[in-house]
Amino acid sequence: MDLDPTAAWNIEQAPHSDVVISCRARIARNIDGFPFVNRTTDAQNHELLNLSRRMLLGSELADELVWVDLHEATAHDRRLLFERHLISKNHMESKSERAVVISQDETLSIMVNEEDHLRMQVLAPGLQLEKVYHQINHVDDAVEAEIDYAFHDRWGYLTACPTNLGTGIRFSVMLQLPALRMTNEIDRVRRAANDLHLAVRGYHGEGSESAGNFYQISNQVTLGKTEEELLAEFQEAILPRIIEYELHTRKVLVEKNSVLLDDRIHRALAVLRSARMLGTEEAMNLLSRVRLGICLDRVEEINRQIIKQLFLQIQPAHLQQHLGQELSPVEMREARATIVRQMLQ
Amino acid sequence: MKCDRCDKPAVVHEVNVKHGVKHEIHLCEEHAREAGIIPSLGPEPINQMLTQFVVSQKTKKRKRAKSKKGCPECGLTFTRFRQKGLLGCPVCYEVFDAQLGGLIERTHNGGTHHAGKIPQRAGGSIDRQRMIQRLAKELDSAISAEQYERAAELRDQLQTLELEKPGNQDGP
Ligand SMILES: [Zn+2]
Ligand SMILES: [Zn+2]
Repeated sequence: MDLDPTAAWNIEQAPHSDVVISCRARIARNIDGFPFVNRTTDAQNHELLNLSRRMLLGSELADELVWVDLHEATAHDRRLLFERHLISKNHMESKSERAVVISQDETLSIMVNEEDHLRMQVLAPGLQLEKVYHQINHVDDAVEAEIDYAFHDRWGYLTACPTNLGTGIRFSVMLQLPALRMTNEIDRVRRAANDLHLAVRGYHGEGSESAGNFYQISNQVTLGKTEEELLAEFQEAILPRIIEYELHTRKVLVEKNSVLLDDRIHRALAVLRSARMLGTEEAMNLLSRVRLGICLDRVEEINRQIIKQLFLQIQPAHLQQHLGQELSPVEMREARATIVRQMLQ
Repeated sequence: MKCDRCDKPAVVHEVNVKHGVKHEIHLCEEHAREAGIIPSLGPEPINQMLTQFVVSQKTKKRKRAKSKKGCPECGLTFTRFRQKGLLGCPVCYEVFDAQLGGLIERTHNGGTHHAGKIPQRAGGSIDRQRMIQRLAKELDSAISAEQYERAAELRDQLQTLELEKPGNQDGP
């Protein structure tokens, strides 16, 4: 599988990109006339897959899409897709007949036979929630023109889990909050987010802790409000305050504690430039500090785009892809250190 | 019905029968939360919320025979749903309606009716749908403004609309 590390969603020129890494809108939909995926037979899974393939490749989105049968894909390819946030962990690991459809520029992905028949998402760099919402809405219209969705007058779009009921829409942003982490303010952000019915997760979603100071925030409520209201609330409730809080904390660090700040940043850079072995999480944490240094003009010779690319390229499947061979855990750490050294020279 | 401990309307109704004596508990949202009957708000896995969820005893009995057998369409039982947190098919939403209503409302921070996008093909039912949405919104604001009489009226109107729906008995 050939995937470009400078995919459209992974570029650095975007609104608020000093704090907001990327944003996403996701819609959960089920096709009328079938049980949800947790109650389907193998034959129904097969039928759903065929139906979705015909429908998606025949829709007006067709010439942009690449179809991948995941039950036939190698573990390596599945892992690559997961590392790029194009499929969920669940979809990577599941055994049943399932697929993912991806647009050429990787901003759109549609998982077929995940928890719901269709999980469609649009990704964009930086804070561009309006844009991803309009795109996913357009995708939804195009799919709806081809098939009937399971829809209920009171509950709206029906989903396997009642937490996704109604609009089936989830907005999320991937934030990088190194200053709030450094000053131990991050727990306050977590609490504030929870109070507002927002979920806070790590880089790879549920369960993954905050390696690289990545925090993914998403709305929990999907029923009882229009998509526009949900979007407006999500954008206005807490995001501007978190962004402001992180930027303010960075400024305070520069003004009041610049020696400590520079020590952390340049120590991280020194390790990345000289280490001969690096773990994923360690590398992500160090890269996050260097990125902070670049954002604050404390490091001038490195381009932020390089750091963003590295976050992806140091992931296990991407490393193996880069070297074109399978690697043992030790070789992996070595390869990771090597690519980081090369790119930061 | 009013809360046992204050004047607000009760949202939790529990009927326990012990040694042939009936005990009824009616609590408003705040007091139910205080009594630990409604879990405090915040994103929690849905099956965790479920174990703490109390269903009105009356409706539970009426629905029990049905839900023990499970969904006629996909065979899912409510017990299984409690374990997995996933429903099996669209019909499950009808079969387990009584048990799910309150759970869904709390999961969605008070949301009780879909207010968003509607598939174009849903056609005929859209006007009623819009009406329901409007009423549901008014109901929300009536509740937050603590206009409980108005809220009760709106709730009745909503229920009537729900019942009038064609195919309401057959599922979506
Ligand atoms: Zn009370
Ligand atoms: Zn069912």
